[in-house]
Amino acid sequence: MLIKNGQHDFGLITILLHWLIAAMTFGLFALGLWMTQLGYYDDWYQKAPTLHEGIGILFLIILLVRIIWRWVNPLPQPIPTLKRWEKLGSHLVHSMLNILLLVIAVSGYLVITAKGEPVQVFDLFSVPATLSGFSNQEDIAGEFHLLVAWIMMVLAVGHALAAFKHHFINKDATLKRIMGMK
Amino acid sequence: MRKLYIVFLAGLISLMATNLTHAENYTIDTKGTHAFIQFKTKHLGFSWLHGQFNTFSGSFSYDESNSSLSKVDVEIDTRSLDSNHAKRDKHLRSGAYLDVKVFPVATFNSTSFEELGKGKAVLKGDFTLHGVTKNITLDVEHVGHGYDPWGGYRRGFTATTTIKPAEFGLKEMVKLGPHSEVVFLELAIEGIRQAYEQKVFN
Repeated sequence: MLIKNGQHDFGLITILLHWLIAAMTFGLFALGLWMTQLGYYDDWYQKAPTLHEGIGILFLIILLVRIIWRWVNPLPQPIPTLKRWEKLGSHLVHSMLNILLLVIAVSGYLVITAKGEPVQVFDLFSVPATLSGFSNQEDIAGEFHLLVAWIMMVLAVGHALAAFKHHFINKDATLKRIMGMK
Repeated sequence: MRKLYIVFLAGLISLMATNLTHAENYTIDTKGTHAFIQFKTKHLGFSWLHGQFNTFSGSFSYDESNSSLSKVDVEIDTRSLDSNHAKRDKHLRSGAYLDVKVFPVATFNSTSFEELGKGKAVLKGDFTLHGVTKNITLDVEHVGHGYDPWGGYRRGFTATTTIKPAEFGLKEMVKLGPHSEVVFLELAIEGIRQAYEQKVFN
């Protein structure tokens, strides 16, 4: 397998970034829902949000790397058996997923930094606040964060189901390609 | 000449007004932020956690000759809760606590005022928080009054009380543990006396 994308195959970096983002997306979504249900005296009451915030910033960095990689390294040709609407539709869903993930990450950052506090990424580093001090910023950004996360999740599940459909029903290379299999 | 005439007229009206009534109306100086509504509660019993409401408005009247006629009305924007920590503020404003979307306003309307002497007084009033109204009692201390350096007349008080937020339907408060059951409230307010003309024509 090549490092970069080929004419018909995904390269190693594209494949790794795809699955890393996928795993982090589902992990952060589940962690986010779980941590907001925790009680004040729960062992994870402090730890879970710390994890969510730290992983969230790492997620944002990886997502930006992925978007840049997508720009500098052209995608392989679409699978030839795809219909025109399928090519357009999948392209639209992929773009939407990237945009929504970016919006979710940024809105999460705006919650924590609403009063000028930095986001701590474990013991590694911290990201300072940039846009802060808007009235009720933490409330608005927080609601947005949750709402867009749900919309993104519906799209992500649809994206996965479409891949399974192509694999099991159309029996084409859609899923195999992104798993690095011939 | 015309200016002098206006000043004279204003003086005359204010003199007339003084004769009409002794009750003085004050607007709480929130513009210059010489007024604070703060709260504190214990964190796990280890320390005090302080916060405040940044946005509120109100007025009071004070009658030196018959202070029992004094009246206080305050309206608090609950969305302005500020404990200097974005995540906590978001949590305290959410449906789990103050539910500020549903209850964006808390109000206090006094029902009685009784002076105890030595600048102390007891103020009772209806406090509406989280949609629940309860009559609460505040200990009042008269801090001072007089002319400010810019031509206005000011009067200031502090009022303190304790509430149990659970009694106002903030059920999640109970989950914070026994040390956080009680919340101390302090109102430190300074009022600017309103011009007499305004009162006469109102």
